[in-house]
Amino acid sequence: MFGLLARRLAAALPTLAGVIVVTFLMTRALPGDPAAYFAGPAATREAVEEIRRQLGLDQPLWVQFGDYLADLARGDLGLSITTGQPVLADIAQRLPASAELTLIGLLIAAGFGVPMGVAAALRPNSWVDHLCRVIATAGVSLPTFFTGLLLVYVFYYQLGWAPAPLGRLDAFSSPPPQVTGFYLIDSLLAGDIETFTGAAAQLALPALTLGIFALAPIARMTRGSMLSVLSSDFIRAARAAGLSGNTIVIRYALRNALLPVVTTLGMVLSFLLGANVLVEKVFAWPGIGSYAIEALIASDYAPVQGFVMAMAILYVALNLVIDLAYQAIDPRVRIEA
Amino acid sequence: MSASAAAGGTVGHIRHVLSENPVTGLSFGLFGLLVLTAILGPSLVPYDPLASSDAALAAPSAKHWFGTDNLGRDVFARVVVATRLDLGMAFAAVALVFVTGTLAGVAAGFLGGWTDRIVGRVTDTIMAFPLFVLAMGLVAALGNTIANVIYATAIINFPIYARVARTEANIRREAGYIEAARLAGASTLAVMLFEVLPNVLPIMMVQVSLTMGYAILNTAGLSFIGLGIRPPTAEWGIMVAEGAGYIVSGEWWIALFPGLALMLAVFTFNLMGDGLRDIVDPRRRT
Amino acid sequence: MSQPPLLSVEDLSVEFRTRSGTVRALEAISFAIARGETVGVVGESGSGKSVTAYTVMRLLDDAARITSGRIMFGGLDMLGADAGTLAELRGRELSMIFQNPRASLNPIRRVGQQIADVLLRHANVGAKEAGERAVALLAEVGIPEPSRRAKAYPFELSGGMCQRIGIAIALACRPALLIADEPTTGLDVTTQATIMDLVSELGRARGMATMLITHDLGLATERCDRVVVMHAGHVVEDAPTAALFAAPRHPYTARLFAATPRPGLALSEISTIPGGLPDLRRDDLPPCRFSTRCDRRRDACDAPPLPRVTHQGRLVACHNPL
Repeated sequence: MFGLLARRLAAALPTLAGVIVVTFLMTRALPGDPAAYFAGPAATREAVEEIRRQLGLDQPLWVQFGDYLADLARGDLGLSITTGQPVLADIAQRLPASAELTLIGLLIAAGFGVPMGVAAALRPNSWVDHLCRVIATAGVSLPTFFTGLLLVYVFYYQLGWAPAPLGRLDAFSSPPPQVTGFYLIDSLLAGDIETFTGAAAQLALPALTLGIFALAPIARMTRGSMLSVLSSDFIRAARAAGLSGNTIVIRYALRNALLPVVTTLGMVLSFLLGANVLVEKVFAWPGIGSYAIEALIASDYAPVQGFVMAMAILYVALNLVIDLAYQAIDPRVRIEA
Repeated sequence: MSASAAAGGTVGHIRHVLSENPVTGLSFGLFGLLVLTAILGPSLVPYDPLASSDAALAAPSAKHWFGTDNLGRDVFARVVVATRLDLGMAFAAVALVFVTGTLAGVAAGFLGGWTDRIVGRVTDTIMAFPLFVLAMGLVAALGNTIANVIYATAIINFPIYARVARTEANIRREAGYIEAARLAGASTLAVMLFEVLPNVLPIMMVQVSLTMGYAILNTAGLSFIGLGIRPPTAEWGIMVAEGAGYIVSGEWWIALFPGLALMLAVFTFNLMGDGLRDIVDPRRRT
Repeated sequence: MSQPPLLSVEDLSVEFRTRSGTVRALEAISFAIARGETVGVVGESGSGKSVTAYTVMRLLDDAARITSGRIMFGGLDMLGADAGTLAELRGRELSMIFQNPRASLNPIRRVGQQIADVLLRHANVGAKEAGERAVALLAEVGIPEPSRRAKAYPFELSGGMCQRIGIAIALACRPALLIADEPTTGLDVTTQATIMDLVSELGRARGMATMLITHDLGLATERCDRVVVMHAGHVVEDAPTAALFAAPRHPYTARLFAATPRPGLALSEISTIPGGLPDLRRDDLPPCRFSTRCDRRRDACDAPPLPRVTHQGRLVACHNPL
């Protein structure tokens, strides 16, 4: 298993290298002259030149790239002008909020999408199937920021079921002692049920928004893959052996059908991480997405670049997890590797 | 097969697809409506989309069909006028990536070797980022302008076009008519541009429709977070952002109508893409 | 002959509704299988052999309609039985092995577990005992190192091994009837014989009846007590093997014999059957579906109905038999 992990990590290296080169080029493509930008509007020409030398911008590009790599190796992503903190510290502090939201969103999407796809595949062209198709097409057509606002209007303004869309906890609660950074888990670890329900209530609408968005591709993929597995020879053989309906659908068909679904989770996660930024803005969620948006508005570029890099690394890592999960399910890949 | 028989078969097939799936016909109708709105909209609306009035935050009524926003601007006029900008930006991005992505993909699939490796590396690197995040970073780095929003949207769609075109070109590399053109003395470039490319185009047209919806979502998403379009321009994403603050106090119409327009546009292109795929490439039906 | 047969199929007709028309896949076929008897069902591909098997198993897909007939299995009306009863019956009293053994096994489940699944479902045993009996069954179907192989996945085993697993699954609950649908088609020649030996031997030991579906008339005459010959959805001849072999009466059977390679026959002497199967979607199918390919055709052949004459325990459906 460790050999396999090492091989997968090695395969991810060129991708990571690509990510680093692209983010480096982004820092050098800053609008205008970065030196003039950092020196401020009132600086003299000498002061700008001085800063240019300090920043190493007078060096050839490959030397600058070397410096950039050295900074990265030290975990130095620059300073945020807005918060006055190192970007890495800001991102580390805000990452759990984004991760918790994205993962719960993914759970909701898989929890509804997979059964929906299975139901549709078991009765093709029935009303369940048509409903599944309509929801799947509507789901990818809904802009997440718009879905989020609709949910806020209905469940907060009209029904009063949900709390105000203002972050991870209401103003009167304090966050649980940090262990994982996930409020749902940390509050349970601290045995604080009140904070847990509070955090869950705040999380419900934004996670649902993400879930609705990601549900569509998962349901669609599950349906297609279930349909092809259900018509395969071994399912017919399982029926000929008289196995019960549940055994056939779940243990025989679904487990096989999930393999391609797991593969497409990578694409789904790409959409989810992007949609996450928009949802964080709608719900004032204190994650790295809203951090990047605030920095963008203030023309504070180091946090934006740090954010892009963090997201890319997170995405590469999640794809690695998906790969390993796939191998855990499929003995063919596991044994041949 | 004669040309007329082929054409008859195609028409028959289109008719068959439409009768099997009337929703596709509906999507063609909606598409026509969107295009007409984009072209004629600005000259039809009853109010100036940028003109403020005293009637701020008025609910929908006979006078203001979609109500007015916080500055008293008519939401209906703004939603209609925004059609041209939203569709235009998405169309520009898709047109750009259609040309570059198809050419790069066809070259990679047909020529193979280094071309293939370079195109593959570029697409892999783009795909290593969550795509919307990459678009945010690109616009931030290149400068916050509409042109850069279009470039960024084109770039994040590049892998889809390059990959589909590469596969299709690769399949056709060994086809009989390609071999025939080669034997007739045509140069590699000529074979690629005049024999392979035209055969790949129908499938790429389906991609246009499928990615238009995604491009619209992407540009609107970027303006929702303040990239590209700036106030007071009428654009769906920014209008939803402007209306977002009023949702919690019950003025739903400011965000709802531009959001619905956005959804309708994306829905139309997604449905049409599925329908076109059935017509062009029945094998891939899902 | 006083005991009723184990399986009787009477006047069975099956159609498939497709976009391009209705396929009359089976028309008024009848045959029976006694307890412990081995019956071969022989015909070209498309003759309706597999459809017959799936109809008996009640595993036809949704496009199929059973338009007439009756299937009795051990006193149970199979066409009237509900889904629960059928699922109880399949795998326990009535089981099946398939043409493509590897594709007929769940690719991501250990083979021992797949055998145990059937035992858990039908044999009223716990998980531990099911596992042990699965290993014992693997030994019985001749798999070396059964307790190690029980943990293997299908892709780790050869085609012949996979068919042995399929046999173990089918015979796990000692069924009264085994339907073997071209069980050796995908296997190499030496494996074919051992697999057939295994089926015969285990079947005999259990007193099990077997319905062997094959396109190979030679194989059927070698292995079966009786042979049912099918052509284009009709049963054209049904006779004890020795009688059929000695003197085929239907022109199609005679043709099949002439087309079957056997010892002492030079390759040049093997003839082919002219023409193909008629299009079963046609509305104007002739009463005898072989008439267009037949060299003994007479004008009477075009007059309905197709005669189905039973004489001395053998049936032939022909106006002008040999």
